[in-house]
Amino acid sequence: MTNSADNHWYPVAMSSGVTGPRDTQLLGCKISLGRTNDQFWVRDANGRDMPVIHKYGHLWTSPGKPNRDLFAIPEADESGRRLVDVGSVRVKCSPLRAVENFLDIAHFPFIHSDILGAEPHTEVARYEVKIHEDVNEIWATKVKFFQPMAAKSAAGGIITDYKYRVAAPTVSILYKTSPPRPGEWDVIALFVQPLTEELCEVWPWMALYDDDAEQADLVNFQQMIFMQDRSILENQIPRKLPLDPGMETPTQADMTSIAYRRWLKKLGYSYGAQVVAA
Amino acid sequence: MILYDYILSASCYKVRLMASLIGVPLTLKGVNFHPEKEHKSHDMLALNPDGTLPTLVDGDRVLTQSTEILRHLVSNKAPEWLGKTTAQTDHWLLFASALNSSLGMARLHDILSYETDIDQVRRDGVAQLRHLEEHLTEQRIEGLAFLTGDTPTIADIACFPNTALAPDGGVSLDPYPAIRLWMRDIRSLPRFIEMPGIHRMHELVDPSGATA
Repeated sequence: MTNSADNHWYPVAMSSGVTGPRDTQLLGCKISLGRTNDQFWVRDANGRDMPVIHKYGHLWTSPGKPNRDLFAIPEADESGRRLVDVGSVRVKCSPLRAVENFLDIAHFPFIHSDILGAEPHTEVARYEVKIHEDVNEIWATKVKFFQPMAAKSAAGGIITDYKYRVAAPTVSILYKTSPPRPGEWDVIALFVQPLTEELCEVWPWMALYDDDAEQADLVNFQQMIFMQDRSILENQIPRKLPLDPGMETPTQADMTSIAYRRWLKKLGYSYGAQVVAA
Repeated sequence: MILYDYILSASCYKVRLMASLIGVPLTLKGVNFHPEKEHKSHDMLALNPDGTLPTLVDGDRVLTQSTEILRHLVSNKAPEWLGKTTAQTDHWLLFASALNSSLGMARLHDILSYETDIDQVRRDGVAQLRHLEEHLTEQRIEGLAFLTGDTPTIADIACFPNTALAPDGGVSLDPYPAIRLWMRDIRSLPRFIEMPGIHRMHELVDPSGATA
């Protein structure tokens, strides 16, 4: 069975971490990657060269024929931003579950207590979700949430504005109020490498305005946030993301998640998904 | 006191937790352990030639073993945390080091892709959890909630993180009710702090307004 999942770009390494050749997995298949002089390469299990793009601190490849370029993050080129490679964390969950969790706001007070949310400020106000047909991306806008410590650079609680974007089936990007520059957006992306349908490597990456923090503190902050999610992700049932309504009852706060599932279904993207109604 | 710290390290968390429980302020210096391996950098090796975390600097003293750091933290300010009998405390401090090599390594394998014989370290971890479960069950029959008595000591704090984080390394805690009760007692201590993978106790709020 050919899977439409083949025809997308996936992150497979943080480029600064590629020294000697090494093996990894993509969509259940072994691949290898490395660098020769200044040239990065990725090969499939038969030793055939796969396409490589080096962008946003990571190497991207595809087992098939992507019908579009890698998505754009124009903010990456803006001067004054710090680009932060956070490194990878391996999670025993569907790659789609990892993306969906990243899109969710309602869990902040319970999982990221006193950081990204705090009881009793648990309400997710109405926001807007649209599919941008020209680029085939999902955008959630006008999201607002009270956060005690929105970023490493935050001095106290603020109402944080968010925008969420699904740029590819396993890539989600959020834009949030930058505490030191309230008129600007910090960019935090989650690049998910599907190792198998129930195992993924997650590569967070950030483009922030923060002139003060140590790089290590920015990395540790983001790893702390993501690791708070990990134990939740590994315990979600069913293991694969259901694309049809059934066992799970969504609420208004889940509008982005509903749009994501419908969008995946329309794309015919079934890797890591449960396509039969439960 | 300055703690060179990594947020995901179980051993660094022992130190942060102990300091919080006894009200000792720490200045945290984040080290980019992953992905940059900054604990092996020139500056860090100059401070701690072993290139390990946690590293605690208190004036002229540099302490690099988590057991030694726990003792140092409590010795003046809260010596009751050293325990009544050294032999018992020492036994469980050694046990904590063994947990670091089994459950701790399984966790590093599963999260950060460290290379290890994963089946072996998980087997070792399960054997240790069974030992811990047996001991805590006996303690509870005696009416004692903690490893060496009715109050917690540095031994409890040393053993807690890698035990509580066992699921991160693919080892379930479901079969161990005494361990879960013990963890609950530790999480209920005043000034308890969490780390990623170890959640705080959420208060159960009675709809009438009274706190349960």
